[in-house]
Amino acid sequence: MTRQRPALLFALLALGVVLFPACRRGGERADLTLAGSTSIQPFADKWAEIFMQSHPDYGVNVQGGGSSAGIQACRSGACQIGMSSRELKGDEKDLVEIVVARDGLAIIVHPSNPVRGVKVAEVKQIFAGDLRNWQLLGGPDRAITVVTREEGSGTRGAFQELVMGKTRIFPGAITEDSNGTVREIVAHDPHAIGFISLGLVNDQVRALDLDGAAASEAHIRDGSYKLVRPFLFVSQGEPAGHAKAFIDFVLSDEGQALVKKEGLLPVR
Amino acid sequence: MAGTGRKRAGNRLERNDRLVRLALLAVAFSAVSVLLVITVFIVGQGTPIMFKYGLKSFLTGTSWYPSEKLFGLWPMIVGSLFVTVGALVIGVPFGLSCAVVLTEFSSKRVRRLIKPVIELLAGIPSVVYGFMGVIILVPFIRETFGGPGLSVLAASIILGIMILPTIISISVDSLQAVPPSYREGSIALGATRWQTVKMVLFPAARSGIIASVILGMGRAIGETMATIMIAGNAAEVPRSLLSPVRTLTSNVALEMSYASGEHREALFATGVVLFVIIMVLNTVANATSARRRKQP
Repeated sequence: MTRQRPALLFALLALGVVLFPACRRGGERADLTLAGSTSIQPFADKWAEIFMQSHPDYGVNVQGGGSSAGIQACRSGACQIGMSSRELKGDEKDLVEIVVARDGLAIIVHPSNPVRGVKVAEVKQIFAGDLRNWQLLGGPDRAITVVTREEGSGTRGAFQELVMGKTRIFPGAITEDSNGTVREIVAHDPHAIGFISLGLVNDQVRALDLDGAAASEAHIRDGSYKLVRPFLFVSQGEPAGHAKAFIDFVLSDEGQALVKKEGLLPVR
Repeated sequence: MAGTGRKRAGNRLERNDRLVRLALLAVAFSAVSVLLVITVFIVGQGTPIMFKYGLKSFLTGTSWYPSEKLFGLWPMIVGSLFVTVGALVIGVPFGLSCAVVLTEFSSKRVRRLIKPVIELLAGIPSVVYGFMGVIILVPFIRETFGGPGLSVLAASIILGIMILPTIISISVDSLQAVPPSYREGSIALGATRWQTVKMVLFPAARSGIIASVILGMGRAIGETMATIMIAGNAAEVPRSLLSPVRTLTSNVALEMSYASGEHREALFATGVVLFVIIMVLNTVANATSARRRKQP
């Protein structure tokens, strides 16, 4: 009898290993769950980290999924706070929204590009595939390499809404799946143009002036730089308990200092 | 007493044996069942949307705008095809030449050196190939031929290199499997070594070589990471070798992170199309290698 056990055990183990490989990580304590926009996620992660340092008895869990999924999760109760990097649409307006930061969208080109500024209408034409040569913008006689984000991305959604409106981004555009790869491609292609979060612009690329306004905090504040989107926290009804404590922290000087440090625009 | 004890021990061993066999069988079947689960899952998730919007518009539609409910996979199907054919155009001549040199024109020492090196190629992760492509090949193409650099050409070259180990090792095996008497007979008839290769060995090893090409093709069509990094991923039928292109695999991997609802289902449908293509390729490969075994 005792000698059968190893074999039996082996069989069960093997079956277990093969059939149930997705054993979940041990339950992490989560008193508060945030889900939604992957544009906000990295910042929410940092807020949560600092928040949990000063409130060691709170567990904050941040998940991605995209703005729409976050709003849905908030409505279904799967998370207490939904994160949205776009304005709420008509039938979503019943949720309470709190602006926690704002993010500019930068149109970036290679640093060697002689073109300093464009009109938003021209950006629209470029991404619609109607304007294809830098010469028409005062640059060299070279084809424009248009770099966009993939369908479903929040940044693309914001760009579509703020710049393109109902016009489609043309299908021949190079498509990448993160802000980082878009920046990487533009940084290495002298004729490329792309869009990323303003906070992620570094010295490898240059942000173009739009309609005469430089992509800077001052111009966003006075309203002359138009490509700005809100970072929203949404909740069902007025936030209370853990959610309220966390939002209060995010809106506090400490929370907003982080916003500023990361290249976003504080709300206060 | 001793006899029954031995008998009992024998029974026990026999039973143990049976248990181990059962356990191994269960494990073996669970591998098969994984395939079954994958098939059922992908087909279950992916086909409803295909029929909802019509199989024809799904397969031949040229617009891929999931946010507007436009799910045309044609650019990606063509894209996969272009990149795969491109990879074969580059990989097959190099791979076959290499196989011929290894089996017919090189000493044992050279073979011992080169073969492991080629097999090492197969062990390099695809993300490394992609990275090399982005850093070296893409700028080179952009500066030499123009265009964005991220292109059908770049993807074809990198995938062509990636399928070399598959093509070489299977071709070498099938060339080596040609009976020595064929070679000897050909040489005895006064043929040169090249003539022997061309007129005797290639025909004799044909089905093995075809199988190697088809398996290489399977690898090229299924490659994802390297393709995403170097192909540019534009959801448009490429106009030239220098245009960016999106393959079926890239389409899934690129968009899955934020896809929800019908968009997500459409990505599963992309998986179904890919699945069918790869199944067909594998069946063809199996059929040709089965024929090879029947041949003397």
